[in-house]
Amino acid sequence: MAPPAQSQRSASPSQPSGKGEVSDLKSQLRQLAGSRSPGVDDSKRDLFKKVISYMTIGIDVSSLFGEMVMCSATSDIVLKKMCYLYVGNYAKVNPDLALLTINFLQRDCKDDDPMIRGLALRSLCSLRVANLVEYLVGPLGSGLKDNNSYVRTVAVMGVLKLYHISASTCIDADFPAMLKHLMLNDPDTQVVANCLSALQEIWGSEASTSEEASRERETLLSKPLVYYLLNRIKEFSEWAQCLVLELAAKYVPSDGSEIFDIMNLLEDRLQHANGAVVLATIKVFLQLTLSMADVHQQVYERIKAPLLTLVSSGSPEQSYAVLSHLHLLVMRAPFIFSSDYKHFYCQYNEPSYVKKLKLEMLTAVANESNTYEIGLQAKMLSWENLDSVVVGDLVSVTELCEYAANVDIPIARESIRAVGKIALQQYDVNAIVDRLLQFLEMEKDYVTAEALVLVKDLLRKYPQWSQDCIAVVGNISSKNIQEPKGKAALIWMLGEYSQDMHDAPYILESLIENWDEEDSAEVGDLISYVKGRSYEKFDRYTGLNVLVRLHLLTAVMKCFFKRPPETQKTLGAALAAGLADFHQDVHDRALFYYRLLQYNISVAERVVNPPKQAVSVFADTQSSEIKDRIFDEFNSLSVVYEKPSYMFTDKEHRGPFEFSDELGNLSMGAESTGTVVPAQRVEANDKDLLLGTSEKEDSRGPSTNGSAYSAPAYDTSSVSASSQMLSELVISNSTVPAHASQSSLAIDDLLGLGLPVATATAPAPSPPSLKLNSKAVLDPSTFQQKWRQLPVSLSQEYSISPQGVAALTVPQSLLRHMQGHSIHCIASGGQSPNFKFFFFAQKAEASSAFLVECVLNTSSAKAQIKIKADDQSASEAFSALFQSALSEFSVP
Amino acid sequence: MISQFFVLSQRGDNIVFRDFTELANYCMDEVDVGMGLVVSDRGEVQKGSAEIFFRKVKFWKEDGDGDAPPVFTVDGVNYFHVKVAGLLFVATTRVNVSPSLVLELLQRIARVVKDYLGILNEESLRKNFVLVYELLDEVIDFGYVQTTSTEVLKSYVLNEPIVIDAARVPSLGPAAIFMQGNKRMPGTAVTKSVVANEPGGRKREEIFVDIIEKISVTFSSSGYILTSEIDGTIQMKSYLTGNPEVRLALNDDLGIGRGGSSMYGNLPPHDISVLHHATDYGNSSVSGPVFLDDCNFHESVHLDSFETDRTLTLVPSDGEFPVMNYRMTQEFKPPFRINALIEEAGPLRAEVILKVRAEFSSSITANTILVQMPLPTYTTRVSFELEPGAVGNTTDFKEASKRLEWGFKKARIVGGSEYTLRAKLTFSQESHGSIVKESGPVSMTFTIPMYNASRLQVKYLQIAKKSKTDNPYRWVRYVTQANSYVARL
Repeated sequence: MAPPAQSQRSASPSQPSGKGEVSDLKSQLRQLAGSRSPGVDDSKRDLFKKVISYMTIGIDVSSLFGEMVMCSATSDIVLKKMCYLYVGNYAKVNPDLALLTINFLQRDCKDDDPMIRGLALRSLCSLRVANLVEYLVGPLGSGLKDNNSYVRTVAVMGVLKLYHISASTCIDADFPAMLKHLMLNDPDTQVVANCLSALQEIWGSEASTSEEASRERETLLSKPLVYYLLNRIKEFSEWAQCLVLELAAKYVPSDGSEIFDIMNLLEDRLQHANGAVVLATIKVFLQLTLSMADVHQQVYERIKAPLLTLVSSGSPEQSYAVLSHLHLLVMRAPFIFSSDYKHFYCQYNEPSYVKKLKLEMLTAVANESNTYEIGLQAKMLSWENLDSVVVGDLVSVTELCEYAANVDIPIARESIRAVGKIALQQYDVNAIVDRLLQFLEMEKDYVTAEALVLVKDLLRKYPQWSQDCIAVVGNISSKNIQEPKGKAALIWMLGEYSQDMHDAPYILESLIENWDEEDSAEVGDLISYVKGRSYEKFDRYTGLNVLVRLHLLTAVMKCFFKRPPETQKTLGAALAAGLADFHQDVHDRALFYYRLLQYNISVAERVVNPPKQAVSVFADTQSSEIKDRIFDEFNSLSVVYEKPSYMFTDKEHRGPFEFSDELGNLSMGAESTGTVVPAQRVEANDKDLLLGTSEKEDSRGPSTNGSAYSAPAYDTSSVSASSQMLSELVISNSTVPAHASQSSLAIDDLLGLGLPVATATAPAPSPPSLKLNSKAVLDPSTFQQKWRQLPVSLSQEYSISPQGVAALTVPQSLLRHMQGHSIHCIASGGQSPNFKFFFFAQKAEASSAFLVECVLNTSSAKAQIKIKADDQSASEAFSALFQSALSEFSVP
Repeated sequence: MISQFFVLSQRGDNIVFRDFTELANYCMDEVDVGMGLVVSDRGEVQKGSAEIFFRKVKFWKEDGDGDAPPVFTVDGVNYFHVKVAGLLFVATTRVNVSPSLVLELLQRIARVVKDYLGILNEESLRKNFVLVYELLDEVIDFGYVQTTSTEVLKSYVLNEPIVIDAARVPSLGPAAIFMQGNKRMPGTAVTKSVVANEPGGRKREEIFVDIIEKISVTFSSSGYILTSEIDGTIQMKSYLTGNPEVRLALNDDLGIGRGGSSMYGNLPPHDISVLHHATDYGNSSVSGPVFLDDCNFHESVHLDSFETDRTLTLVPSDGEFPVMNYRMTQEFKPPFRINALIEEAGPLRAEVILKVRAEFSSSITANTILVQMPLPTYTTRVSFELEPGAVGNTTDFKEASKRLEWGFKKARIVGGSEYTLRAKLTFSQESHGSIVKESGPVSMTFTIPMYNASRLQVKYLQIAKKSKTDNPYRWVRYVTQANSYVARL
């Protein structure tokens, strides 16, 4: 126990100074120690309580150690317990006392009362002093064999504690094997559960160094063990049930009937009142049925009601955890939940974190109704059903509009965004546009600002609505909009539709006149935000003000091309102000426009104001790969944070049994040395999509939160964001980056297919022309699963050329090189001289995959290769390919 | 796996603090003392975590982002918290664990502590911290949950609780409602510790079954019901000795969403319209069978005969626990009708008329009633006008939040009665005809003892007891509370 600092302060105003009281206690304890009179235990208890309360409020009572130990030579358990508490606290800070304690605890470990045995054993293991581990082995060994289950449960955890103090002592004493035996034979389920936890932890961390441990770890997922535990699941406590279910979720059944057996066995767990049990069960169901689309669908139907019940039965905190998971499921399969939209209505007294989630769910559910319309035939839905969905949809928009008037400003903002999102995804936007325009008339500045941003995005997608929107937008005075985002949106519309808005040039002119105000506002904000703590906000805020000025420049340019005589003067003023601006981007853009205009006005018009294509799809903020990963980590924090675990945890903390530990470790190693690039593929289609400006900020804001891990998806988002910036300015043709990526793929193709197989160093028999798919795709979780399932089909050692060794100083060059041979890297890491890579490749004509673990040692110039393959017969050929690819590395 | 557990007061003081993975207490410099170095590879969470946590939670609100979510991460440490009785129960870990598991556990720890102490608050925790540490040691060992059952813990945890005076403390939670008014119930019973002996020496044999329903209703401006839902719990608290079996019979004709035992793979895909029809259940369903959307059960409940005769069989463990949670969207008669009207009465004036009608039997009374309504932000002054003869009503205009409050703190509303409030508003600026959009919705909170909206009933409560002479006290109590009871303008 760590007596906390605060309690020292706030404990009692008349705090005893210590010294006198402590010596008093000492003499009283000494008197009682020898006494055998009846009732002595009661007086001892009172004294002990006093000692412990002194200890908690921070008075040093360690001088009483001897007396305390003497007094606890009693059969009174309450006294013993208090003594253990005392001992546990002081042994930590006073090693000499720890030594004294050992004797006394070891004796208690042999007491007749099983409870004293258990408590003493727990205290003994909790001393956690490395030099004393030898004293632990004996009591632990007999504790594991104790005939009382309480002692055994304590002993099992004791083994784990010992492992963390001294792994070698624990392994040498053969404790893991004893735990395994207990796990399979002990009648007490808590002992079994503790064995499972302990073994997962021990073998999990041993696996990286010991082949045997990694084999043992795999046996934890073997059919006999998983079945043994599942068959007894109802005997386990609810917490241990979660543990077993977590294990079952990782089990890979051999056939379909196994899947149904397990699901039928666990069916009633869905009715459990403990949300953790229900979610763990759902994870099992979802994982088992991943490959069976129709059953997977049934699972969604089945789990809906239990999840909704959990949401409404627990505390708001528990609801939040369940809702986060429901949110994930709604995002994956909105149409399944579209008839349940009413459950996602917000209640006025819910905490804002719950409201936010519900809003997102309402949005997602509403989105899908148009998929209903499109996929009407495919989904074979009755008209009746469709109607109710569409009605529901409008109802939910109406509902959201109610929230927009909410006094809770963050929620109101979210609601307006949600309405906008629905509008952007619907074909029949009539009613919704009306709603949005009503927002503009509400005259609450944050409502207006949010609504403006949405109207702008709407117009980018549905230019045909411009007449209606412009009429309303034209009435809005820019003075009333304080928020930069809203202001920028208004300015964009002024520029874009200046031909239809009579006042456009004059409004722009007045804005330019206040150019400096934009500046001073910024300085003001700067000061107020520096005073505040939030630097992130500060960045965002000033960035947006710059955004206003940038938009202003572009808008004036556009307006000039449409109505030159009225705008010329304003343009001059704008460019002058821009050139004088202290912000680099603003200055550069002004200069760029100036020179462009000087060069040729018609070219300038083509660059700044080309005819636009309506945006068809706004980019999703998360790549599907990340979403899949989060789904794989169902029932974990990843779902709540909406991030895969590698983004917020480090190395070994991803939960027991995570194969990705190994991969994760590697890529982390890569991070710290800064030598290896994250080797995950970049989704080419991310580049094709145009990001909405508002979305762009949203997606970048939270993602670049100082996470040390570089995720490819974010790189692309910034790339596409800047390319969007560029295209808006320059060519307005967003397909350019896509072309670029396609051409690079073409080069990959050439390299990948024209592979010379035999080389001088490896005169391998020319394989039966194995061709690899240059665009092979494999997500990390599938890789992990396959790696776990498949046997090693080939294990070889090659030597690397000296040039190759030299080139490995930049390990990512190897990744690029191998990619040229259609062998893709999924994770890499290590430090000189040892590097480790995981590669994969796919056959060109079939989906059969090859997985490779490659360990390179630069000092011995050797490469150790392990190949696992779907098609074992092809692994020889693949090995030859791999070897030749490797041998070409850095050979010009 | 949990690294730390602590309880903070509202001011952020540490009341209880326990580190389960505390390792490496000796540093290398102390090797000469004879102690080796213990290096943690289990990811300790640093000592200052309680301060980091509290600062984060505090500033979350101040930064205008609303309440801090129950789970968040700072520098690789994940913080979980639940609020119980004004205290923050917090757990930390670096591992990517199941959030439901930890939040459920925190809630359960709070419940176990309450079972032991009778009353859960800062004072009782401070007085009983030795007991609380003793409990924690048995609940969690080295970060792994061992048990949260009060029943099991009773055999390991031996300190006697120091019970604080219940009368002085305004109790929180649903049980508190029984303390007001109804004299038939022993008010202190629910704040009684499960383990402490009564002053008389012998424990009184009794069992409490509470049917607690929280109702959510949203009325449209025209008084039409937009949404309605009942979230119910059958809560049990047993002080019976000898663990007798208890049978609890519910309505015979109780219907539940759909059969719980679907066989995967053997049945055609489920008809997704099932729930839909349940939701649109006819208008005249005020009588007829009770139809629950879904429910779940405590693990001690045997459902062997539930399908046939709607009877739950269980051996109640000590302490308080929910026997069954249920959810109902079937239409029901809302206990209160709210009519709200706001009208302009000149350029800088408006009038609000609020009408509340109790639509339940006159033998029932509702209490702790409060009606609230947000007013336009430019409202400067409000004058109230109550009906003649209205007693115990309180009216208030909260200047800071621009909120109108109409309370019935002292008075109770008897079934069948109706109350009206008129309020005259004065504005600082012209309203441009948007007052309806800028005020409302009207929300209402209330508690109605001995009333349940769902009509779910406990038909009988049977205790299997060997001796005939010793007949334990049985308390079956109903209560309905407003969860989100809202009328739009």
